Amino acid sequence: MTAWTPSAQRLLTGSGPTRKEHEAIHGPLSMPPRTQLLDAVEAAGLVGRGGAGFPTARKMRTVAAGKNPVVLGNACEGEPASSKDVTLLTRHPHLVLDGLSVAAAAVGARELHLAVHAGSPALPALRAALAERSEPVTLHELPVRYTASEESALVAFVNTGTAKPLFTPPRPFEQGIGKRPTLVNNAETLAQLALIARRGPAWFREVGDREEPGTQLLTVDGTVVEVPTGSALKDVADLRDKQAVLVGGYFGTWLSAAQAREVALTHRDLRAAGGALGAGIVLTLPTGSCGVVETARVAAYLANENAGQCGPCFNGLPAIANAVRSLAVGPWDDATMTDLDRWLGVVPGRGACRHPDGAVRFVLSGLAVFADDVAGHRAGRPCAGAQAAPVLPVPSGAAA
Amino acid sequence: MNPIDCAAHGLCAELLPEWVSLDEWGYPAVDDQPLPAQLVKDAKRAAAACPTLALKLLHD
Repeated sequence: MTAWTPSAQRLLTGSGPTRKEHEAIHGPLSMPPRTQLLDAVEAAGLVGRGGAGFPTARKMRTVAAGKNPVVLGNACEGEPASSKDVTLLTRHPHLVLDGLSVAAAAVGARELHLAVHAGSPALPALRAALAERSEPVTLHELPVRYTASEESALVAFVNTGTAKPLFTPPRPFEQGIGKRPTLVNNAETLAQLALIARRGPAWFREVGDREEPGTQLLTVDGTVVEVPTGSALKDVADLRDKQAVLVGGYFGTWLSAAQAREVALTHRDLRAAGGALGAGIVLTLPTGSCGVVETARVAAYLANENAGQCGPCFNGLPAIANAVRSLAVGPWDDATMTDLDRWLGVVPGRGACRHPDGAVRFVLSGLAVFADDVAGHRAGRPCAGAQAAPVLPVPSGAAA
Repeated sequence: MNPIDCAAHGLCAELLPEWVSLDEWGYPAVDDQPLPAQLVKDAKRAAAACPTLALKLLHD
């Protein structure tokens, strides 16, 4: 099924929770000078691994140009179906912490922060690793909420103790922690930086896509793998007896099985297919399940996870989720479809953060990819998949 | 329009109906295109009347 080569195992090579094991795998880190680091990251073509795929060097240069900058590593991993960052932190915490130091050196920051979810299974390994190092890293434990790891919410948590998204601009790279320019990088992005600082951009570009090079961590149906960027989706996920694939997590989009067989895993290719790579989450839906029921359950979870700040979101998402639920399990009437169509139109773009936009995108793609099932439900045909075991994970107690 | 500060008082839609419409929950949808000159006066009144100061005019 899988087609990646051993050379694609860069981050997840061996097991290195202690500093000694870590340095046996990767060698010690001798920090290159600042300008050389920025040039190396730019030449490597690293794009962020937290979801947006933004060029890391560009963000770094903006922050580096500001006064008294700060770096903040984001290892919160708010997506329920993602476990790449917790895997990385548990097995290779020093790689992430090296990367945090590299990021700080690149932008000239002396203040280092790292954010994880409260109760994260990676905390013991992370604390043990921090005890082996001398950099002053402040560890923050964020509440487990979907919107808490949005970057303005992270910054707000460090500043005020409340992890809710802010109305921006200014963005964190302009005014973040203590109103200082703040570089926020995902944990995997940091680990990639640790390797670029050691081995240089030419090595980094030896594998993966030309425009989005290197390897990437994916969480495929709950299993974390490291593959070259640009790998074919059909080579990393088992698509036999699958009707659809959700790529990009719960702000991502459903692809039909036919689309999934054609697509490569880059931000560029997924965008062209009308989707999003996000943080590399792949979930396959077996043919015996019901995509409408799965979409409804996640819509309810996302509605419940709104931050309670913006009217269109805290009114609109529950209304949308209830309508999709009616579509999934009844009772159903045509007026609900009219309402649902209208809500899906008026809610996006009207929140302080992108939570409403992501939730609406997810629902719209579900209604499109499972259009036949939607029509079947509306016509009152019995749905064989309605009683199937849930496939998409939502945290227990979070949603109906 | 700061959607966090907005509490759906709806005065903006009364004072600037040409530019602001309310959704079914009473929250304003504001056109963020540049205002035509003849609406600037009404827009200033709408911004000043907002009880939560959620509406601001941006000058170019």
